[in-house]
Amino acid sequence: MSEEQIKNLEKQFEERIARDEKIEPKDWMPEKYRKTHIRQMSQHAHSEIIGMLPEGNWITRAPSLRRKVALLAKVQDEAGHGLYLYSACETLGVSRDELYEQLHSGKAKYSSIFNYPTITWADMGAIGWLVDGAAIINQVPLCNTSYGPYARAMIRVCKEESFHQRQGFEIMIKLANGTPEQKDMAQDALNRWWWPSLMMLGPTDAESIHTEQSMKWKLKRKSNDDLRQQFIDQTVPQAELIGLTIPDPDLKWNEERQSYDFGEINWDEFWQVVKGHGPMNKERMKARVNAWEEGEWVRDAAMAYAEKKQERKEKQVV
Amino acid sequence: MKNENLYNYILGIADNSLILGQRLGELTGHGPSLETDIACTNISLDLFGQVRSYFQYAAKIAGDDRTEDDIAMLRKERDYKNVLLVEQPNTNFAYTMARQFLFDVYHLAFLSELQKSTDLTLSAIANKCIKEVSYHERFSSDWIKRLGDGTEESKVKMQEAIDGLWTYTDELFHQTEADKAMVAEGIGVDVTKLKDAYYARVNEILEEATLEIPESKWFQKGGKEGIHTEHMGYLLAELQYMQRAYPNMEW
Repeated sequence: MSEEQIKNLEKQFEERIARDEKIEPKDWMPEKYRKTHIRQMSQHAHSEIIGMLPEGNWITRAPSLRRKVALLAKVQDEAGHGLYLYSACETLGVSRDELYEQLHSGKAKYSSIFNYPTITWADMGAIGWLVDGAAIINQVPLCNTSYGPYARAMIRVCKEESFHQRQGFEIMIKLANGTPEQKDMAQDALNRWWWPSLMMLGPTDAESIHTEQSMKWKLKRKSNDDLRQQFIDQTVPQAELIGLTIPDPDLKWNEERQSYDFGEINWDEFWQVVKGHGPMNKERMKARVNAWEEGEWVRDAAMAYAEKKQERKEKQVV
Repeated sequence: MKNENLYNYILGIADNSLILGQRLGELTGHGPSLETDIACTNISLDLFGQVRSYFQYAAKIAGDDRTEDDIAMLRKERDYKNVLLVEQPNTNFAYTMARQFLFDVYHLAFLSELQKSTDLTLSAIANKCIKEVSYHERFSSDWIKRLGDGTEESKVKMQEAIDGLWTYTDELFHQTEADKAMVAEGIGVDVTKLKDAYYARVNEILEEATLEIPESKWFQKGGKEGIHTEHMGYLLAELQYMQRAYPNMEW
């Protein structure tokens, strides 16, 4: 294809996106579009899979049967999200195994928040309320993103996430209205998860490398800083409602902006965790790699069995 | 308690689901593939759903202020009446599937009889559970075949798991005092009558999976009387942790 032809295709492609048309797997697309989407969607898929670990950590210790069932269902949903996001990636010509390989080798990133430990039951509440809350803010705009399979996956993911978020908040309400010990547990969880949740919305706009192109492709509709502000403005009244204190002495309502001003985020901590040196980075990766390696004989057996079955079927036909 | 036999009978049924569900819950996020991970979590979820129905009913029968969670999490080890089979650890995926299969075949046959119970609540619960359990049985027997007739390595592992767990199968057909009383009243299932069909079905799948049917006639029992293996205490330590560490609180 000549350079001019490619330019022409690119122009048509950008026009389609500008008209809000969906791009489908078999449509022509620029290589950079394909790669960017694989990167973002697989990062999202990896986050779902790694995200199963901190919450899975409390399944066996959930305090009541009702909570145990809800937690199991939630973690199962996350596995489901991972599954359709990996499938969406496959429509762009990359296999799930390749993506796992990228995750296990440390080449692919996932949401840094899951590198913090879940040390009390209240962390299940805080994760649902704050982490899923921040995820929804990130993800709702993606329901209208330009790549069809991603947009459709996100519609379903967002519905389930908002259910998880309410469920998490409900855990917090119960704790906040419980005994002093339960209330302390809730406050402690909020103290530990607040700042990492703010970081979850990504580096400040000045530091964010992908924003401009992503905006054009509707992979991003608002800047990280705007999303963060939206999250804070939404969450502070919820904390007040249940009598918990946001661990930020600089947090203050700004009448003029009709928004909350907030304190300095510790970006050194953010980059430390992103670079692999958070409290649980090594453990999370080890758990995934172990599951994958120890499961190899199982996957091989399933494959061998399927082949044998197919052979027998063919023989029967002959 | 007026209906002590019925109460104990329900606990005997539900404890199997409780303990197996707990074991499966340990695996979430650590499965050999995303699909098996989802399936095992789903089975655990089904089992805990069943447990809730049984224990809510048991709490009603007890007629005091005890709740489903008190029954699930605040008994002493000797008061749990599950069979030894379901408390066995997740040694590897072959053990997990063999344990599941050896229980599912029993569970399906049991529920099919419990549907005929003269106790309408129990028959309604059985009616709801049997749909889930027939899926469990299909899932686990498929894995017995896949691993048995898969690769050399998987065959060895699956055979080891079947051999290792076989010793716990006979207990499924032992009757407790509560069992006998409930059978006499037309409420309970006579498990001794399920035994032949159970081994016939298990053997059929093992043969299809090209596995050897274990010949050992030495069996372990005790779970139904509350005498468990050494694994049980650790399992309960996790299951009961929150209720023990923070007593009398709502969650």
